Amino acid sequence: MSTERLRLWIWSIVIGGPLVVFAVWAINDNPRQFLSTFLNGVTLAALYFLVASGFTLVFGLMRNVNLAHGSLYLLGAYVGWEVGDATDSWLLAVAAGFLTAALVGLFLQVAIFRFMQGQDLRQTMITIGISIVLADLMLWQWGGLIYQFDPPRIIFGSLPLPIVKGYPTYRIVLFVGAVVIGVLLWWFLNRTRVGMMIRAGVDDRAMLAASGINVQRVFAITFAIGAGMAGFAGVVGGTALSISPGEDTRYLLASLVVVIVGGMGSITGAAVGALLIGLAEQFGLAYEPTYGIIFTFVVMVLVLAFRPRGILGRPA
Amino acid sequence: MSAAQWRRAMNSGASRSATARWTTTPAEPAQRAVEAPRVGPAILASLRGIRLHHIVVLAALVAYPLVASPFFTFQIGGQSLALGIIALSLSFLGGQGGMVSLAQQSVAGVAGYMVAIFGTSIDPISLHWPWWLAVVAGLLIATLFATFVGWLSVRTEGIYTIMITLAIGVAFYYLTLQNYSLFAGHRGFNQVHAPTAFETNMRDAVPFYYLALACAVAGYGFIQYLIRSPFGIALQGVRDNPRRMRALGYNVTGHRVAAYSVAGLLAAVGGVLMVWYNNQISPESVGLGAMIDILVIAVLGGLRHPIGAFIGAVVFVLLQNFAIDLIDRERFNTVIGGVFLMIVLFSPDGLLGLWVMLRSRLQLNGAQAVLRRGGAS
Repeated sequence: MSTERLRLWIWSIVIGGPLVVFAVWAINDNPRQFLSTFLNGVTLAALYFLVASGFTLVFGLMRNVNLAHGSLYLLGAYVGWEVGDATDSWLLAVAAGFLTAALVGLFLQVAIFRFMQGQDLRQTMITIGISIVLADLMLWQWGGLIYQFDPPRIIFGSLPLPIVKGYPTYRIVLFVGAVVIGVLLWWFLNRTRVGMMIRAGVDDRAMLAASGINVQRVFAITFAIGAGMAGFAGVVGGTALSISPGEDTRYLLASLVVVIVGGMGSITGAAVGALLIGLAEQFGLAYEPTYGIIFTFVVMVLVLAFRPRGILGRPA
Repeated sequence: MSAAQWRRAMNSGASRSATARWTTTPAEPAQRAVEAPRVGPAILASLRGIRLHHIVVLAALVAYPLVASPFFTFQIGGQSLALGIIALSLSFLGGQGGMVSLAQQSVAGVAGYMVAIFGTSIDPISLHWPWWLAVVAGLLIATLFATFVGWLSVRTEGIYTIMITLAIGVAFYYLTLQNYSLFAGHRGFNQVHAPTAFETNMRDAVPFYYLALACAVAGYGFIQYLIRSPFGIALQGVRDNPRRMRALGYNVTGHRVAAYSVAGLLAAVGGVLMVWYNNQISPESVGLGAMIDILVIAVLGGLRHPIGAFIGAVVFVLLQNFAIDLIDRERFNTVIGGVFLMIVLFSPDGLLGLWVMLRSRLQLNGAQAVLRRGGAS
């Protein structure tokens, strides 16, 4: 045990040491840039968590790698924009984004994936096919334009903060919202009956079915919630940044890397992974723009090298 | 072993065999495993495997430019062969190794970028080395990259492979997009011309076609040889039951990483051909769309058999060129995505599987007809 602890210490120093040195240097050099980059990283992490939590939920229960998750994100964003444009209500837009993606997810599970349980490669290929078609159809419908939402007036504008003079209120709200949703998800999975069924299904599908529970219904609910999270994140993220073709790839990559780093099938893992990746990406972009993506990649490689199943991953 | 552990082991075994069943016929490898040691050197076995239809197809392919227009020789023939080589590398990895890697196009892209960087292009970044040196460097670096991808992704198993290789590939795409000092950012490298070698300009339709054909035949023969070699058989064993292979003393990780390296070299050859075909390389060439195209091609033809890669490539290229005539708008992606969905949904073994199914049904019908006639007389 003591060698284990020693090793932990050594690795903390090897990895943490340079980070601390960098942080001290960066704060000395330009505290404002450091803090605003940090806030950007944390708020981006909040968005990544919203996208990735749905992905990891679906994967954890059904072993279905839903590579159409990015397309669901974009679909939710576009539909949300249409609704927001028609009704002038941001909250309705969020609801529409969630519902659309959830319905599509429900349809996929009930009409297709239910019939190919256990064939995970085939399921993944189907999600790839769906993402190709969806991306093209969305390009057809909404064109290559960039869309943007206006959040409600209360959370519009900027919030005065020390050092960083002003920071968009919406992003702070986004971060708080993601924390609230994370806690809600945790509560749903740990304290409600359906949540317990889902967790039981993650651990042992066959046993859950044997104890008389309609596993197909649990699967359908999970898939709808997971897909819905993508659509929800689409509207929320589209408000913080913007919506355009190609965003599906970006958020698919984000969800993939976040769950690979955090550990597949774990909500807490998604939170840890999102935080690491969000910070790595923003600091990379701010301090080394042309090699920014390398930082995200290095985090993934390091985690895979030492913990192949992710930081909080358990053997499947 | 506790009950839970036991159950888990059974579950993982079941899911693995489900994927295996999907990619290959179970009878095939066993048959080969018996055959190979008896015949002796694997190269003899693969030479003995040459049948009449192989020679006919090869002769037709050699004669093809004589009858086809330059457009059909270059755009259809040359491109299909080059794409087919990259898809072949995926179908070797996926079909024989059970590892569906989406990063094969990225490996090809690395080779293409290296040829552009070391060789000649309009961009000042290019080093203007002799073309053969640039090609060798490109192949070498791309193979190293593929080995690295393999080393990373074989640390986990099964469906994780597709996620990790996808993440690596998309990360490479963003690197080429953001980086200007080495990869020339979003504009990429233009005018990366094929060289003039042996007094023929490789840029011309017919020489390029024959170059691609030579590479494709060599690659196909090499893969066929490899499948019959002890390494290939061990790889199939690793695919079907890694646990048992490990218990037998095989280095499972080593075999998998080696498969990635071999497939990487093949993909790199295809990548060099593609950059010469396109005369340029840009982030779009290694984007998610391009990565998925390779998967579509390999699955379209059938992952099970190496020739499927080329069949898939021909169908893909034909659709790409003529889908615009079929539908009014440029909805090529919807068409190809739809075709891909149909194939995955209804014929998991691709077009080859469809053909086998059709043939067996026809034979069955024929046999029934004969029986019926026999009964009537």
